[in-house]
Amino acid sequence: MPNSFDVIIIGGGPAGYVAAIRAAQLGLATALVEKEKLGGVCVNIGCIPTKALLHSAYIARLLREAKEFGIDAGAVKTDYGVAMQRSRRVSDQNSKGVEFLMKKNKVTVVKGTGVLQPGKKVKVGSDSYEARKAVIVATGSRVKGLPQIGLEINKSTVISSDEALFLEQAPASMAVVGAGAVGMEFADIFHAFGTKVTLIEVLPRILPLEDAEASDALTKSYKKRGIEVLAGAKVTKANVGKDRVALDVEANGAKQKVEAAVVLMAAGRAVNTENIGLKEAGVQLNDRGFIKVDQNLQTTTPGVYAIGDVAGPPMLAHKGFREGVVVAEQVAGRRPHPIKYDNVPSVTYCHPEVASIGLTEDQCKERKLDYVVGRFPFSANGRARGTGETEGFVKIIRDKKYGEILGAHIVGSPASELIHELAVARENEYTVEEVELAIHAHPTMSEAVAEAALDSLGRAIHM
Amino acid sequence: MATTVFMEALSPTMEEGRLVKWHKREGDAVQVGETLAEVETDKAIMDLQARADGILRQVAVAEGQTVPVGKEIAVIVAPGEAVGATPAPAPRPAPASASGSGERGAVPSVTVSAVAPADATRVKASPLAKRMAKEAGVDLKLLQGSGPGGRVVRRDLEGAESRERGAVPTGAPTADAARDVPLPAPRSPDVPGARASYDDVPLTQIRKTIAKRLATSLGPVPHFFLTTEVDMERAAEARDALNRQLGDRGKVSFNDVILKATALALTKHRACNAWFQEDHIRYWNEVHIGMAVAVEDGLITPVIRNADVKPLLEIGREAGDLADKARSRRLQPHEYTGSTFSVSNLGMFDIDQFTAVINPPEAGIIAVGSIVQKPVVVDATVLPRRRMRITMSCDHRVIDGATGAGFLKTLKEMLENPLAMLL
Repeated sequence: MPNSFDVIIIGGGPAGYVAAIRAAQLGLATALVEKEKLGGVCVNIGCIPTKALLHSAYIARLLREAKEFGIDAGAVKTDYGVAMQRSRRVSDQNSKGVEFLMKKNKVTVVKGTGVLQPGKKVKVGSDSYEARKAVIVATGSRVKGLPQIGLEINKSTVISSDEALFLEQAPASMAVVGAGAVGMEFADIFHAFGTKVTLIEVLPRILPLEDAEASDALTKSYKKRGIEVLAGAKVTKANVGKDRVALDVEANGAKQKVEAAVVLMAAGRAVNTENIGLKEAGVQLNDRGFIKVDQNLQTTTPGVYAIGDVAGPPMLAHKGFREGVVVAEQVAGRRPHPIKYDNVPSVTYCHPEVASIGLTEDQCKERKLDYVVGRFPFSANGRARGTGETEGFVKIIRDKKYGEILGAHIVGSPASELIHELAVARENEYTVEEVELAIHAHPTMSEAVAEAALDSLGRAIHM
Repeated sequence: MATTVFMEALSPTMEEGRLVKWHKREGDAVQVGETLAEVETDKAIMDLQARADGILRQVAVAEGQTVPVGKEIAVIVAPGEAVGATPAPAPRPAPASASGSGERGAVPSVTVSAVAPADATRVKASPLAKRMAKEAGVDLKLLQGSGPGGRVVRRDLEGAESRERGAVPTGAPTADAARDVPLPAPRSPDVPGARASYDDVPLTQIRKTIAKRLATSLGPVPHFFLTTEVDMERAAEARDALNRQLGDRGKVSFNDVILKATALALTKHRACNAWFQEDHIRYWNEVHIGMAVAVEDGLITPVIRNADVKPLLEIGREAGDLADKARSRRLQPHEYTGSTFSVSNLGMFDIDQFTAVINPPEAGIIAVGSIVQKPVVVDATVLPRRRMRITMSCDHRVIDGATGAGFLKTLKEMLENPLAMLL
């Protein structure tokens, strides 16, 4: 194996492997260093296996409601262990897919822990590799607990998503701490598999980064199906027993106890910046603990770049993908279009799904923007009625003067797919009128997007 | 397989390039690495090289034309390979006359031969930009788009609204615009045009860059200036002696001595050998001196790297080479980037004293005037002495008054007593 490459990438997650493929496409000799399976958190213990489990949850719910549709599925029995095994196969397929892509693009994969050294060198075990053009740090992030209140992850009663994805059976009860995307999705999954779920969020509403209307819709939906939702609720103390955890929770001045067989920690992630030689190579961190990068994603050490979660929020695979492409193109001497960080879609794949892009209505208020809101509920959409997926809505916030789409928020079963119409619109600076002018097929749930655009202009048709 | 030839970014800051001269013609065989054309970037004239073997086809850009980086300018195909010929504009069916049958699909027999290409009047702009432009009364044709493929987008409109209407068109097509003329002949503003009361001369690439770069200096960078007068008598003597001794092995100029002394003085005053980097200051341990060189229609600062450790003769040779290359516009990007401090010398133009504009992110520059004989009081006697004024421009975010003065004092000492350079 040669020990000199044009580009060496540390970390084979979404940001790293995409950077490797793009660099190789551009003719650069590329090495990718990965200590575990290719694909990183996303493929192995994140996005991909959770989507498999969410689909199992969806089928369970569908079968329970099937009678109304003329199908008697009898008593529905669920088995989390089987669903988990299936999700592992899906992850493994995807990881193998990444391996294949590395081979196809002639990327050299080095197994081991990459440690950055001064002078664009990377040490893996006892071997040293040298990069002629650039080293790209893409070491990602990991789950973290809340040891300060006694909620350190012990992998039995206090677990993270890392453990939840490998459980053989669904626990009888579970308290989920943190109602961001991860907490919301696991609450959805385990509830469908028969677990009594309590969702605890310290901020005033679940999905705190989403538009308040989305949070409200999900709160209603979860409560209706029997998930307990405690928002604005702070865990003040935890009593971790052998097979039980008792939490003291303070919500709106009132104290209450929450008991569960398992606590799932879903409150934030820590970036992997330790023991990879950053300091020695002169790579500085910013005050929030991410690697400090300039607008070209170059670190404080020339020739060393950082991409993905380590380079800062939003910690999303698709943001890492794009950073990987952009840095690879820069290193190859191209001039890629700068990344529009304000146009990164955000999706939570619970049921109903929540997807958004751009500003929330509260952010528009804070910025004192002159805006108009258009809404369209799926309950008024023919296709949604047919499938019984009438929960949710499309909400478009437009600039009053020019019709620029400031933000869009979708709650509904296909929200993750529908949001991209608005991503394309915003990327190309289409206004609500161009969105509305595009003819939408009938009957589709996408019609709700066009109707919301029309509603913002005061002329929705089907409402 | 056909390989598309793009206008490439041949300098780090290049956004568009002017095709100066094609070295290969349509139909010529080309090999990887061969020069296809000369391209004027914002800094120099560079060679655009072939990235594939084959035959050059579909040359889409004429000599003299300026196109953005990334634009397709030709295709290289394998010998014998057919090129997907650019489809001729499809003849549009003539609109059915009012009394026509109105039958759909009835193609009138009249062939429309001259259909204007769809692009002739089409302005590439995002819907939002169009709307903003309409509201503000801005003509989109007058704007240069910064979006994909030169599309006018929102950010191009921001600020344009307040701009005076009818500003100088940057690329507005005019009926008889001689767009294929090679380099615009340099026109002096004081030569009255044939009829017009003024001439609008398009900015050359280098002038665009100068405008952009300097506006990032004197505006945002808080400058202050320190001037001192240096007695060059002993430096002149030392230089004469050196040149006598060197004979035909070379010559040392005053400029070489000043470059060397500046580099050495910087090693003793690291605080002045620094870059301002928004949230930090980078103090350089190496000294790379930028040397302002006047070129036709502009200036550029090639860099003498590690000038503090290079012998005088070496500095002189390098300075000469770089100045020649700069004037013939053959500098490579690595030859004009990365300086840590700059020197601008207008002594040869009979300028007594001037102030120079800092070249960001550097924190300082010295402006060197001419050496003139002046009456000076030495030991209570008035004597004629050769004197030279130097003025240092300092970025106050990095260099304070006393810091700059300390550096200037060391430089003065070194020039007044060249042996001090050995200290």
